[in-house]
Amino acid sequence: MAEIAIELTGIDKRFGDVHANRNVSLTIYQGSIHGIIGENGAGKSTLMSILYGYYQADSGHIQVRQQPVHIRNSHDAIRLGIGMVHQHFMLVDNFSVLENIVLGAEGGFTLKSGLDAARIHLKQLNQDYGLEVDPDAIVGQLGVGLQQRVEILKALYRGAEVLILDEPTAVLTPQEADHLFRILRALRDQGKTVVIITHKLREVIDVTDRVTVMRAGEVVGNVMTADVDKEDLADLMVGRKVNLQVEKSTRTPGEVLLDVRHVSLKDKRGVELLKDINLQVRAGEIVGIAGVSGNGQSELLEVLAGMLPASEGEMLFKGEDLFRLKGHRPKPSILREKGVAHIPEDRSREGLVKTFSVFENSILGYHHDRDIQKGWLYNRTALIEKAKRFIQQFDIRPTNPLLRAGQLSGGNQQKVVLAREIDSNPDVLLVGQPTRGVDIGAIELIHKQLVKLRDEGKAILLVSVELDEILALSDRILVMAGGRITGEVPAHEATATGLGCLMGGVQS
Amino acid sequence: MKFGQPSTLPRWAQLSVLPLLNLLAALAITGLVVWLIGEDPWECLKLLVGGAFGYGEGIGYTLFYTTGYIFTGLSVAAAFHAGLFNIGGEGQVYIAGLGVSLACYAFDSFMPAVFMVPLTIMASMLFGAAWAFMPGYLQAKRGSHIVVTTIMFNYIAAALMGYLFNRVLMEKGGTNTATRAFAEASWMPSMQQMGGWLGLTLPNTPLNASLFIALICCVLFWLVVWHSKWGFELRTVGTNEQAARFAGMNVSKVVIVAMCFAGALAGLAAVNEILGSTHRMNMTFTNGIGFVGIAVALMGRNHPVGIVLSALLFGALTQGGLDLSLDKPNITREMIIFIQGLIILFCGALENLFEPFIAPLFKRKP
Amino acid sequence: MDLLFSILESTLRAATPLMLASLAGLFSERSGVVDISLEGKILAAAFASASVAYISHSPWMGMAAGMGVAVALAMVHAFVSVTYNGNQLISGMAINIIASGLTPVLGLAWFQQGGNSPQLESDMRFHEIAWPGVDAVRDIPFIGPFYSHLISGHSIIVYLTFIIIPVVTWFIYRSRFGLRVRAVGENPHAADTAGISVARIRYTALFWGGLLCGMAGTFLSVYQTGGFIREMSAGKGFLALAALIFGKWRPVPAVIGCLLFAFFDAIQIRLEGVSLPMVGEVPSQLIQVIPYVLTVLLMAGFVGRATAPKAIGVPFVKSR
Repeated sequence: MAEIAIELTGIDKRFGDVHANRNVSLTIYQGSIHGIIGENGAGKSTLMSILYGYYQADSGHIQVRQQPVHIRNSHDAIRLGIGMVHQHFMLVDNFSVLENIVLGAEGGFTLKSGLDAARIHLKQLNQDYGLEVDPDAIVGQLGVGLQQRVEILKALYRGAEVLILDEPTAVLTPQEADHLFRILRALRDQGKTVVIITHKLREVIDVTDRVTVMRAGEVVGNVMTADVDKEDLADLMVGRKVNLQVEKSTRTPGEVLLDVRHVSLKDKRGVELLKDINLQVRAGEIVGIAGVSGNGQSELLEVLAGMLPASEGEMLFKGEDLFRLKGHRPKPSILREKGVAHIPEDRSREGLVKTFSVFENSILGYHHDRDIQKGWLYNRTALIEKAKRFIQQFDIRPTNPLLRAGQLSGGNQQKVVLAREIDSNPDVLLVGQPTRGVDIGAIELIHKQLVKLRDEGKAILLVSVELDEILALSDRILVMAGGRITGEVPAHEATATGLGCLMGGVQS
Repeated sequence: MKFGQPSTLPRWAQLSVLPLLNLLAALAITGLVVWLIGEDPWECLKLLVGGAFGYGEGIGYTLFYTTGYIFTGLSVAAAFHAGLFNIGGEGQVYIAGLGVSLACYAFDSFMPAVFMVPLTIMASMLFGAAWAFMPGYLQAKRGSHIVVTTIMFNYIAAALMGYLFNRVLMEKGGTNTATRAFAEASWMPSMQQMGGWLGLTLPNTPLNASLFIALICCVLFWLVVWHSKWGFELRTVGTNEQAARFAGMNVSKVVIVAMCFAGALAGLAAVNEILGSTHRMNMTFTNGIGFVGIAVALMGRNHPVGIVLSALLFGALTQGGLDLSLDKPNITREMIIFIQGLIILFCGALENLFEPFIAPLFKRKP
Repeated sequence: MDLLFSILESTLRAATPLMLASLAGLFSERSGVVDISLEGKILAAAFASASVAYISHSPWMGMAAGMGVAVALAMVHAFVSVTYNGNQLISGMAINIIASGLTPVLGLAWFQQGGNSPQLESDMRFHEIAWPGVDAVRDIPFIGPFYSHLISGHSIIVYLTFIIIPVVTWFIYRSRFGLRVRAVGENPHAADTAGISVARIRYTALFWGGLLCGMAGTFLSVYQTGGFIREMSAGKGFLALAALIFGKWRPVPAVIGCLLFAFFDAIQIRLEGVSLPMVGEVPSQLIQVIPYVLTVLLMAGFVGRATAPKAIGVPFVKSR
């Protein structure tokens, strides 16, 4: 058996009410590639952040090369030979590769000696691991794949023996990912230890030697990759949780209200964030979009809500192409007028103004409505009456409409947004992460409301990273991965395992 | 740039206790400086208060200065509500003065007061707004930073006015760099005059009807900012621009209109100075009034009530300070500028500095 | 010819405080802290250096005092910006106004001359340094005026400044400290994960900025006018800031910006009341306003594009 590089025993970590890691124990062997997989919020990033010194565990021990250690900050981690490649790269864009690599480890008052030494070292590293990075390139002008390699180089330059990569392929093309895997294998073959955090089953099977599966803060499986297949992992990863129960009658959906055709989105650099999205939502139907976050769902929602201009495609609402209204980007105010309401994913940044009172938040986006105006001023009584109506209908607490929205709990904030958006009686409702950070009671109420709207004949497009929510609410489920729709499943046929495979990028 | 970090104190304490502590800190440091230059701070304070409020004329002057500060304070506050830091008040007042003067040059020889007064008021607002429009436009459409642009526009305004005074505006044969005196039709009715209409005998001070305009502006400001849909958009853009976009607001338009609104308010300060007091435009008539507005707005927490109170404070400091400097030749007008700077520092940049010290006092009681 | 050289000479003189202040702003802004308080620091330093030079009869003591005061103000700005995460613009504005209020108050109290300092006597001031052989070469065409106007006959601070410019440039681009300053101003999170203390770098950068502002202020009062005059900074801090933006936050272009702005200033004084062929009399205000207009146009992207350091003005809060 190979030597143990890192051993975590009984790691426990809470953030307020959230129990992020529960008694996690884990052994990582030297000279291996170790995968840690799990859904969003399974606790894998928290665990690695503890290892890298961002957080301190509430209890538990860390051993590096069989020596007990305390890692108080990233400095300690670097000293112990642990390097981290973050999902969001920590690079200075207008610096050269070389400058980025020596930053913080310049090795002297002047830069020259440090840069020269780094250049030689880098050449060696480039050779050893096939990194192919030009030391003098400006980082901001490099592609994402190369930037990632700069991050790897940074860690290696600091003498990392253990390299942690957080969702390394989230931003890569398949070719770039393959290159990355070659590099990782080369690293392993030279005796380095690699830990990758991911949710993608394919790459776990392809590249890792061992896998640890996490769910809800716990380790639920520790296996040799060779002994398992994708389905086993998906099963472990998604588990057999008690599904959320929402009473829902079967209904035959009516006419198509929202018809999205060939919608694509490219960012400034020309990277395709959405690729040829086609979907339809009928009256009286909830269409759920499942997927791990960062696979294009947010962008899709923003394109449809008029926040991002689509590069191509049509958005037909009752047969009328709303993109045509103004350069592939319908104004949000016009969408609302037409009857397309939007509950944004991030309520505190996008859906609310936290320092405003509840009654002011009740009109955000509908602040031009005639019934709340009196001459050129607002009819304050009508405003407050409206807010009070929301408070009563949605059981918002505390019941004082004059409170600032920031003083409400997450669930009650979300109820304000929901109440506001459905009050105008829209035909189509775009819903993003309706229960993120929301307590159980509010989840139930929000779910009931969404089903009620569906029964009233609304067309609802639901984007959520909570698989249970998707399964509980949707009539039809679409799965997104890598900016495209990878599968469609009628709700009654959907299983968590099947969806898990699709979400992991495995085509059905 | 976002203001108003969340505070854990009750709202009334945030609005009263913190500014008061900040003011006290500023005054304490001033007291120290006064003591350092060999004067008795307590005696100076008494003289200052006496000079500002002790006699009719003093009160008149105090309120005259207050009037101007209310305008520039409201101007800075209007921009703050949209998340913009308008340092350009000085230039906006200056250019508004040009508007007033041009209107007077054109019409004061024949137009009666009933038309003249509204006309000059409009001119001041229009010119002030126009000078603020450009920085607003450049911020909204071209991404130039409003602070740098407004600073530059202050200097451009100063150069422009310098040129115009030299070539056009300066009265032929006059000794000061000033325009000719404007005809009486354009004068704002003075408080003494208006008191006379009511049978009151008031001292002769520059205090004039602009004070009422200032107070009306305060009420309008309150209504517009907190009770109209335009004010709602203004505050949303200033607090959470992302949410404003999601709510379908046109952020650029709001920014531009907010700056025009700010410029128009600043412009009115020129009416108070020129048509209320000197009845001609002096080259140095702005005299830092735009910068006082920053302190007034920050101390008044961008609310009209607070602005009136802090404008009154600064009006009293200005008038009392002038009186004080007669008794104490060592203490000049600049002492007030110093206090103003300290107040900007404490109320603006360090607004919640004292919160950790007083927060425990509020925690015990629900 | 002589006129040209004497214009260039006044350009150098006017540019010196601008260049020093611009480099001061460079340190601060490259580290991610907006500094509109250059103006106030120059003014306070001018006052402190003149006062101390007057009392101590030593221009060098004056310079030390000027630097000390400017550094103290820089540290106030650092406290607000770095430690307290307060609003950097408001803090800068406050420092400007404090300096503009406090200097005449103290000046009046100490010297009783309406807020100005007394005229400094010869031994309290910096003087022009005549280089050897000036008189001998004065009459040689081109070389003579070049040597006597541009090389010889300046204050020690001017020469120091021309040493400081390459030193600062080297520091920013070629030293460990410079690399860290640039990293902190561009992406403080990257610097932080690389084990660099963002706060310490920003404090240090502001410290150096304070020293340079101190020199700029000293130049004005202890050399140029030979005494402190109220409001003698007269917008130079903002002009330096404009030059910094004009130079796109890079040392050498910023210095060139300062020289350019100073050149306009020198011409403007010469052209006062002079009628030029073709155009007639050029109003001095028109030339005065050029730097400001240029800056506005540049900021708006009409003349190239000035991209500020990315993290400028944003308080650094550790994430994760």
